[in-house]
Amino acid sequence: MSLGETIRNSQIWKSVFRHPMPLDRRNRIVVMLTNFFLHLHPVSMKKQGIALSYTWCMGGVTFFLFLVETVTGVLLMFYYRPTLEWAYNDILALRDVTSLGILRELHRWGAHAMVITVWLHMYRVFLTGSYKPPREFNWVVGVILLLLTLLLSFTGYLLPWDQLAIWAITVGSNMARATPILGYEGPLQQLLTVEGIDMISDASDARFGLLGARFVGEETLNRFYVLHCVGIPLAVSLLLAIHFWRVRKDGGISGPL
Amino acid sequence: MHGTDPGFLQSIGTFLGFYYLFISLMNSVMALYLWGKKGRPDLAIAVLVLFAVPFLMLSPFALSGQPPGLPTWFTDTVNAAANAVVYTALTTGALVLLYLCRSFFVRKDVAWVMLNVALLLMGLSMTNQNFALIVTKPDNVPIVGLVFLLGFFTWLATAKAVENDDRIARGLGPAEKDDNEKVLVWPDLVYTELICMVALTAFLLVWAIGLPAPLEEPASSVKTPNPSKAPWYFLGLQEMLVYYDPWMAGVVLPSLIVFGLMAIPYIDFNKLGNGYYTIKERRFSYLVFQIGFLDLWVTLIILGTFLRGPNWNFFGPYEFWDPHKVLALNNVDLSEYFWVRGLNQGLPRAPVDADGLTKFLYILLRESPGIVLVLLYFLALPPLLATTIFRRFLAKMGFIRYMVLANLLLFMAALPLKMILRWTVNLKYLVAIPEYFLNF
Repeated sequence: MSLGETIRNSQIWKSVFRHPMPLDRRNRIVVMLTNFFLHLHPVSMKKQGIALSYTWCMGGVTFFLFLVETVTGVLLMFYYRPTLEWAYNDILALRDVTSLGILRELHRWGAHAMVITVWLHMYRVFLTGSYKPPREFNWVVGVILLLLTLLLSFTGYLLPWDQLAIWAITVGSNMARATPILGYEGPLQQLLTVEGIDMISDASDARFGLLGARFVGEETLNRFYVLHCVGIPLAVSLLLAIHFWRVRKDGGISGPL
Repeated sequence: MHGTDPGFLQSIGTFLGFYYLFISLMNSVMALYLWGKKGRPDLAIAVLVLFAVPFLMLSPFALSGQPPGLPTWFTDTVNAAANAVVYTALTTGALVLLYLCRSFFVRKDVAWVMLNVALLLMGLSMTNQNFALIVTKPDNVPIVGLVFLLGFFTWLATAKAVENDDRIARGLGPAEKDDNEKVLVWPDLVYTELICMVALTAFLLVWAIGLPAPLEEPASSVKTPNPSKAPWYFLGLQEMLVYYDPWMAGVVLPSLIVFGLMAIPYIDFNKLGNGYYTIKERRFSYLVFQIGFLDLWVTLIILGTFLRGPNWNFFGPYEFWDPHKVLALNNVDLSEYFWVRGLNQGLPRAPVDADGLTKFLYILLRESPGIVLVLLYFLALPPLLATTIFRRFLAKMGFIRYMVLANLLLFMAALPLKMILRWTVNLKYLVAIPEYFLNF
C-alpha cells in the first residue's frame, strides 16, 4: 500500500471526508452530496450552464473576492485602530514598516474589483434575461447585494483617514443633508416642525445619523468601521446564503427552456 | 503641466515599452492560434504584419525614453473641442452606431482591429503628461480596467445575441439550447472554479505588488482639495449634481435607480429571452437597460472621473487641470424666463408684512409655469403614452405595473432632458423654490 493510500484509509481521513476519492462516476456524485462546501452545487448540470462564455463566472468571482476581502480584512483588523490618533499612522505603518503590508493593497484592489465584477454579474444576468420567472426574487436579492457591496466599499473608503478618504466621504454624505423631509437642507423639511420647533437640524437629520456628528469626525470613523467590519458583512453573508440557495431552488443556473 | 517634465517620458517610456511588448505578444499568440488551430495562415500573417510587428517596433523607442506620442495639433484640437455636450453627443452617437451596426461590429476581425486601435490610442495618449496623470492615479486604474472589461463583455454578449437572433429567425432556437447534455459538476465545474480562483489570486497579487494603494496627507477638515470627489462608483451621481440639486441627484434618483432595478422582473412582462442572449426578442427592455447602464451610468462615471477637474469644470483629456480656469455660469430659472423676459415684469413677490399663507401662494404663483410643466410631465404623459405608443403595454401590464414603468421611465428621461435644456437654453431650474430647498 502506498503512503497516499494508507493516509486515505486511515480512520482520521475517513472521519473528515465522508466519501472516497472522486475518481469514478459514482463517487463524483457522492462527493457533491456529502461535502459541506461542495453541496452548494448540484451534482450535474447542463453543459451550457458552465460555459464561461455564457456565465462569465462573474457571480463566482464576486463571491471569491468577498472571501478575499473577508480574509484580508480580518488580518488588517489586527493592525488597524479606528481612532483619530492611530488610524492614519497604522495605514502609514502598513505601507512602510509592517511585513505583509501588501494586505492593504490586496484589500483595496480586491474591493475595487468586486464593485466591477458585481456590476458585470448584474449585466450578464440582465442580458440573458435570467431575472425572469421564476428568478424574480433572486434578482431583487442581488440588487440589494449590489447596493451593500457599494456601501461596503464606501464605508471602507474612510478608514485610511487621509485627505482622499475624508473628502470622498464628505462629498458623498453631504447628499444626505438634502434628503426630502429628513435632511435639514432638504425639501419639505419644514413639515417636521412641532409646536414651532424645527425637529430637523444639522444635529438631528439624516446626515447626522449617517455620520454620528455634524461633520466627518471620530464618531464617523467609529460608525463606518463597525458598519464596514461587522454590520454590512453580516447582512451580506445572510443575503448571500439566500442568494445561493435560491439559485438552486429556482432551478439552477438559467438556460433556455 | 503645460509642458512635459524631462523625467516623465523616461519613466512612462519604460512602462510603455513593456505595454507594447505585451500587445505584440498578444497578437503573436492570436496569429499562432489562427494558423495552427483555425488553419488560416492568411489571417495569421495579416495579424503579424498589421499588429504584432509594428507594436514590437514601437517597444524599443518607448524603452529608450522616446515613446511615440500624439501630435500637438491633435491634442490641442481635442482639448479645444471637448466639452460636456460634445462628450455626451459622441458617446451616445457611438453607442447608437454600435447598436445599429451590431452585426458588423460583432465580427471577430473587426473586434480585433478595434481592440488594437484602442490599445494603440491608449499608449500614444499616455505620453501626454496631463492624460497620464489622471489615468494612472491609483484609484482611477480600476476604471480603465472597467472600460476595457465592459467593452469586451458587451461585445461578447452582443455577438451571442446576434448569433441567436439569426438562429431564431431561421427557426433553430438559441445556441444555448444545443448544449443540453448534462455533465457532472465534479470535475467539470469544480476544476473551472479552482482555476479561476488561482488565476484571480495571481492577478490580485501582481496588481497589489505593482500598484501601491494611495495614501495622501492625513485627513484635515480645513484643507478642502479641489476637486473633491466621491469614490469613483458614485461619480455618475456627482455628475448629476451639475443638473439637479442634491435632493434629486443624491437622494431621489439613486433611490429610484435601486427601486427601478428591483422592479425590472415585475414590469417586464415579456416571456421571451429567458436564459439566453437575444436582442430582437426583447428589444424594449434591452434598449432601456443599455441606455440606463452604458449611456447614463457608465459614461457619466467616466466623465466624472477623467474629465472633471477643479471646481468640477470640464477639462479635455489632454488638458492641464488649471484650478483658475473660469467658465461663465449664466443659467436662468424658468420663472425668470417667464415673468421677466417673457412678460417684461418683475417676479411676483409677496408684500413684506404678508402672513405665511400669502407668501406661500405668491411662491406658487411665481413658480407656476414650472410647476404646471412638471405636473404635465408626470401626470399627463403617462395616460397620453398609454393611449398612444404604450397602448399594448397598458393592456398587457395592467394599471399599476404600467404606472410604475411609466414613472420610472419619466424619471430616467428627466436627466437627459434637463441636460438638453441646460445646454440649449441655459435653464437652471424649472421650479426654483429656495425658500423650501425645493429646486427642480
